[in-house]
Amino acid sequence: MPSITVIVQLGLVFAVFVLLLLSSAAMVYAERKVAAFIQQREGPNRVGPFGLLQPFADVIKLMFKEELRPGGADTVLFLMAPVISATAAIAAFAVVPFGAKTTFFGLLDQPITLQVADVNVAVLVVFAITSMSVYGIVLAGWSSNSKYSLLGGLRSASQMISYELPYGLTLASVLILANSLSLTDIVNRQEGYWLGFIPRWFVFVQPVGFLIFMIAGVAETNRAPFDFPEAEQELVAGYHTEYSSMAFAMFFLAEYINMVTVSAVATDLFLGGWHGPFLPASLGWIWFLIKISALLFFYIWMRWTLPRYRYDQLMQFGWKILLPLAVVNLLATAAGVILLGV
Amino acid sequence: MGFELPLFYVFAAVAVVTSALVIGQRSPVYSVMLLIASFAALAGLYVLLDAPFVAVIQIIIYAGAILVLFLFVVMLLNAPKEAAPWERVAAGPRRAGAVLGVVLAGELAWALWHAALSREPAGGGQGMPAHAIDSVRAIGQVLYTDYAFAFEVTSLLILVAMVGAVVLAKRRV
Repeated sequence: MPSITVIVQLGLVFAVFVLLLLSSAAMVYAERKVAAFIQQREGPNRVGPFGLLQPFADVIKLMFKEELRPGGADTVLFLMAPVISATAAIAAFAVVPFGAKTTFFGLLDQPITLQVADVNVAVLVVFAITSMSVYGIVLAGWSSNSKYSLLGGLRSASQMISYELPYGLTLASVLILANSLSLTDIVNRQEGYWLGFIPRWFVFVQPVGFLIFMIAGVAETNRAPFDFPEAEQELVAGYHTEYSSMAFAMFFLAEYINMVTVSAVATDLFLGGWHGPFLPASLGWIWFLIKISALLFFYIWMRWTLPRYRYDQLMQFGWKILLPLAVVNLLATAAGVILLGV
Repeated sequence: MGFELPLFYVFAAVAVVTSALVIGQRSPVYSVMLLIASFAALAGLYVLLDAPFVAVIQIIIYAGAILVLFLFVVMLLNAPKEAAPWERVAAGPRRAGAVLGVVLAGELAWALWHAALSREPAGGGQGMPAHAIDSVRAIGQVLYTDYAFAFEVTSLLILVAMVGAVVLAKRRV
């Protein structure tokens, strides 16, 4: 006889899974609407009210497309690549907490955190799983047996490795401040206010760290202005040139879910997670949603505003500016913690 | 904790089988992928040992960084499928390899024999407080106090390797 806690936990797993899928649908819609707004167009407005059903129309269209596979492709890896991408994207969210402890209106005896799995090294788990997603892209590029795909895959591998270093170093500086590897602990450290009105969010202590984290996050998710693996003017569509139908859709799903995960982790690390004024702690997830949405809007805004870098500039920027900056930031944080004894 | 033993056998079997397949593959890309599977199984074993930190570090460093570089090189060189091994290695190196293999097997057998005789943990069990491995804090403390010298020497070795790579890549700096 499974206890009610187990049932609630399983329900939570299912809910997070469905919400992630829905969030990528919402992201498709938001991306098209915001892009249209920036370019002074209407955007999708035919399917459903305000075009809200457009993502579902897209999914239905993609499902009925023919599944193509190039003759020279490596069948096993070609089919495996999108699965790896999507799996890594969804799995990474498992350790991200998105709300304060709750008993679901007295349903449970013990309050549980709104999170699929509370791991005491959660920060590193997110880092590990997102670093796996590069394999999906690299293998897609290699197994397609096409020049454009291969170039896209190679670019993606070097880009993701280069930007993982500053990403990891900023993580480390937050860990020094929070003195814990658990995302729940890190969020709880940011509760309360300085001087009564400034929230104790790490973004105010770590402005440079937040900036580096967001830039590296954009590069990790292959979004514009760092979207070299799929630069359409040079590489047709990069690593997913040869993909069609649902396999193609899985890459897109992975990209949007990765954006959501990066924003969620950034919210937990720098923006105080579910802590915010005006709302009781049990409704903290609303603050969490607001913060994530703001970051995601920023992502989309950036994509439709900034032109793409040149590839050598991207590498120069990553290794010669971002990485040294992250190292200095880490050293300064450590020195500050020792001197001030925070 | 009845599910730990079956899980151990699953992870162990996956690790052994994929490791064997790594050598058996002709295509280097498949070898790399199987090696990742093997490392993932190893990480699972670490989790079973109550060492989540070691497990995650294993994934981040080996699967997330080193093997991506492997894959990168394999793809960049676009290595063709290997010919049968006896066609490309001369007789001399083959014999030397066989001798080294026998020596390694002997060493492993010796180490296993001694480990089986003494129930002490590896390294004599000194310097590590009880349950040190499950706590990140404890690992850091031990690493920067008792093993500080080994730690620094390792980083020096890595620095030497980096300098070597730069020198090889750029003849004129």
